[in-house]
Amino acid sequence: MPILSLMILLPVVAALVVATLPGGDDERAGRARVVALATTLVEFVAGIWLWTQFDQTTPAFQFTEDLPLFAPFVSWSLGIDGIALMLIELSVFLMPLCILASWTSVKKRVPEYMAAFLLMEALMVGTFAARDMFLFYLFFEGGLIPMFLIIGIWGGARRIYASYKFFLYTLLGSVLMLVAMLWMVNFAGSADIGVLSKTDFPKEAQFWLFLAFFASFAVKMPMWPVHTWLPDAHVEAPTAGSVILAGVLLKLGGYGFIRFSLPMFPDASAQLIWLVFGLSMVAVVYTSLVALVQQDMKKLIAYSSVAHMAFVTGGLFALNTQGLEGAMVMMLSHGLVSGALFLCVGVIYDRLHTREISRYGGLADTMPQYALALLFFTMASVGLPATSGFVAEFLVLLGLYQTSTWATFVLTTGIILGAGYMLWLYARVAYGKAAGDDTRAMPDLNAREIAILAPIILATLWMGVYPKSFQQPMKPAIAAVVARLEGRELATVPTDMTLSPVLPALESPAKAAESHH
Amino acid sequence: MNPIFASIAIAGPETVLTLGSLAALMLGTFTGKAENGSRALTVTSLFAVAILALAGFTLLDAPAGMARAFDGLYVADSFSAFLKVIILAASAASVLLALPWLNESGSGRFEYPVLMLLATLGLAIMVSANDLLTLYIGLELAALPSYVLAAFHRQDDRSAEAGLKYFVLGALASGILLYGVTLIYGFSGSTQLDQIAAVVGGQTERSLGLLFGIVFILAGLAFKVSAVPFHMWTPDVYEGAPTPVAAFFSAAPKAAALGLMARVLVVAFPGKVAADWQQILIFISIASMVLGAVAAVAQTNIKRLLAYSSIANIGFALVGLTPGTPAGISALLFYVSVYVAMTLGSFLVVLQLRRPDGSPVETMADFAGLSKTQPRLAAALAIFMFSLAGIPPLLGFWPKFAVFQAAIGSGLIALAIIGFIASVIAAFYYLRLIKIMYFDEPAVAVASEGSAVNGAMIAACALFCSPVGMLAISPLVAATAQAAAALFPA
Repeated sequence: MPILSLMILLPVVAALVVATLPGGDDERAGRARVVALATTLVEFVAGIWLWTQFDQTTPAFQFTEDLPLFAPFVSWSLGIDGIALMLIELSVFLMPLCILASWTSVKKRVPEYMAAFLLMEALMVGTFAARDMFLFYLFFEGGLIPMFLIIGIWGGARRIYASYKFFLYTLLGSVLMLVAMLWMVNFAGSADIGVLSKTDFPKEAQFWLFLAFFASFAVKMPMWPVHTWLPDAHVEAPTAGSVILAGVLLKLGGYGFIRFSLPMFPDASAQLIWLVFGLSMVAVVYTSLVALVQQDMKKLIAYSSVAHMAFVTGGLFALNTQGLEGAMVMMLSHGLVSGALFLCVGVIYDRLHTREISRYGGLADTMPQYALALLFFTMASVGLPATSGFVAEFLVLLGLYQTSTWATFVLTTGIILGAGYMLWLYARVAYGKAAGDDTRAMPDLNAREIAILAPIILATLWMGVYPKSFQQPMKPAIAAVVARLEGRELATVPTDMTLSPVLPALESPAKAAESHH
Repeated sequence: MNPIFASIAIAGPETVLTLGSLAALMLGTFTGKAENGSRALTVTSLFAVAILALAGFTLLDAPAGMARAFDGLYVADSFSAFLKVIILAASAASVLLALPWLNESGSGRFEYPVLMLLATLGLAIMVSANDLLTLYIGLELAALPSYVLAAFHRQDDRSAEAGLKYFVLGALASGILLYGVTLIYGFSGSTQLDQIAAVVGGQTERSLGLLFGIVFILAGLAFKVSAVPFHMWTPDVYEGAPTPVAAFFSAAPKAAALGLMARVLVVAFPGKVAADWQQILIFISIASMVLGAVAAVAQTNIKRLLAYSSIANIGFALVGLTPGTPAGISALLFYVSVYVAMTLGSFLVVLQLRRPDGSPVETMADFAGLSKTQPRLAAALAIFMFSLAGIPPLLGFWPKFAVFQAAIGSGLIALAIIGFIASVIAAFYYLRLIKIMYFDEPAVAVASEGSAVNGAMIAACALFCSPVGMLAISPLVAATAQAAAALFPA
């Protein structure tokens, strides 16, 4: 059964159905919600089925499909390895929650809204499932259109500015990548990602190709200093839009690095770690400080996302098993936690229609259930042990320590700063006195909101207590990437606190594991 | 058989168009009384569409391979056949789409389809020209009816101005082109493309006279395709000319002139001299892409916007011509076929919309909130805009992909990078129209003219430009590759 094709096509069909539903405005809205929720739930079930059928012992692509549908430009060639599998799981898990979160808060043009989200889901699954590089690009870029509309139509006050910025920023990054892709396919004679990951491109070319891909992925990630679209887009997007942005779209950058940059340009990756480390270090400290002074809750979480993403890049470019696994867990964990934080903001935004921190306060008294949920996700974001955030940060730092202690040192301060801004946010929102009577009168979580937040709490705990179930499928794929990186000449970065510039070539995973135990 | 009959048989579409245009003139004259002008227009238009379809059918039994006619003045090959299909289809669409507009504007005279037939005949000759003089005849035959068409709405000052402007500048361009032809004849001793190629191929040193000839010819052709720096007429003519005529200008003549350019450059000037025209083309295409993108940002008139969009698109199409390889020509043809659908679709939507007072929409502000008042037309226009911007997975992405793939395959990486960056700038103004339609509140209640024929054509173009159209890639590219191969005899 072409399960991946079905998972891509089902939301598209559902989107068409939703957009062309008959009936009056209210009827259409109601039906659109139901169809969208049903579709996303079917997708989720399909995702779980995928997980159970997945062979966790091999790095090869599974569930492969090959159809030369759009020859000669691109072929419909799909398949997933463990990395793609986990990111697909994340997408299909968050999607029904997004639909539920928009159940009552979106009032205008509901069918179009649901259709845009369904298209988004199809494109995201497609991005992770594509095995042809141009097919990947097609889904990767195609996601811009629904997101542009979601921000622009259903967003906040400065939605138009934000939607333009989001669209043009990411498009500019991507076209450079497309040039590089065209060159690579011209060189290698194949657009198959599996083939390209084994192609040794000339070292000088790798440098330029890496930078071209970097331009795209750094913007998507987003890395400092091209992160400025993110706070704008987040703040103006509707709640569910923010969840998808933070939960899944930001993962495209990291996915791109691990799928393309590292295995295809291993020499350039090893040579340019200083660039990535430098940007990550600045990002962690700078955006954490910026997050501290935010008055707007969504903006604060958006900046914290940039800081967390810097952990991802740091972990990826540690170029060893722990780092890569940590980065992947960080992506999954951040997808859950920051998605949940945006949902939490959405809950009180729906009640008071403001995101200003100073308008809240004392929610621990008036909304105890809400305060508990918010506390949990605050702690997960900070990286409290037993939550997914801890596993992720620990693994990243463990891996990074072997490559650059300086980077590890700076990134670790990010944890402290993170605790600072998140706990301070929590204190201002949940403790103290309510800012006004309207704040005090806000009702606690209703059943729908509990149904949205509870699954995320469970998933976060699961990932924090027993991360193995999430790591195991990814291990073979990550080992394959690490094998590609083995023995590459590493740039001389200050490796320990004595600033010694001497550094050996990358160790093999086996040796690294040995020296570690 | 007498060679002249054999030649006429080879030039099937042209023969049908010639006789058909004369018959259409008669038909219009005899049905066209003063009191029922609109009936004459309808009858003649339907007849003209039938003639265009018939001309298309003559292409079906065209001989395989290359057939030369009229002592090598004319050739029929798969390259010309492919372009003729596009030209005939675009012209037929341009005849049909004009009917409601012409009837409403009071310019509903039967000469419109007749002039279109004559112009189409010229375009068909252009893509089959194997001689610089046939080329010139084809160009002029296409241009003269076009000048009249631009001024067709004769009560309107802007239309008359557009016609005059187009005529003066077009005549100048024709003169420049003709001067180039004489230079090439003087320095190569022939006007026939393959004979020029034989002389050029045998030269060991670069001939300055020949180079000047190429420059002049390229200048003249660049005017016809409205490439920078010979683009100045385009926004004014598009704005002033009747909208159906602007739609025609943006589609069929562009396809023909690009095909002509490809044939002249690839067939007559291969080998070493290719490096010379390549540099000119690189400049022209970069200038068109960048200027088309930047200048459109400030436009408020929808027709001017589409004019700059066509300038930018010509720039992208020329990227495919620049390498001068079979892959590049194939990409160029692919670009042209998709571009024609995108631009005709956009113009069709503009034609279909009416302000509350019944006048046609003109400014971008008229589109405010269109997604609420006319959701289907807004969705179609959004598809065309995203497609013109080249955002995957819409079909409009793939022609850009194809031309840049060809350019990178020939090592023109800088050209590709500049082109892609220009496409990001261009995306800004396509997005602006989408923003106006989808994000803004409706200012005036724009109505749909409601023509079923135009509605069907919009739906067909939108479907083609949507991701569904990607299914057409394989057959289309197979056809373009075959057509392009005709220019490169083994």
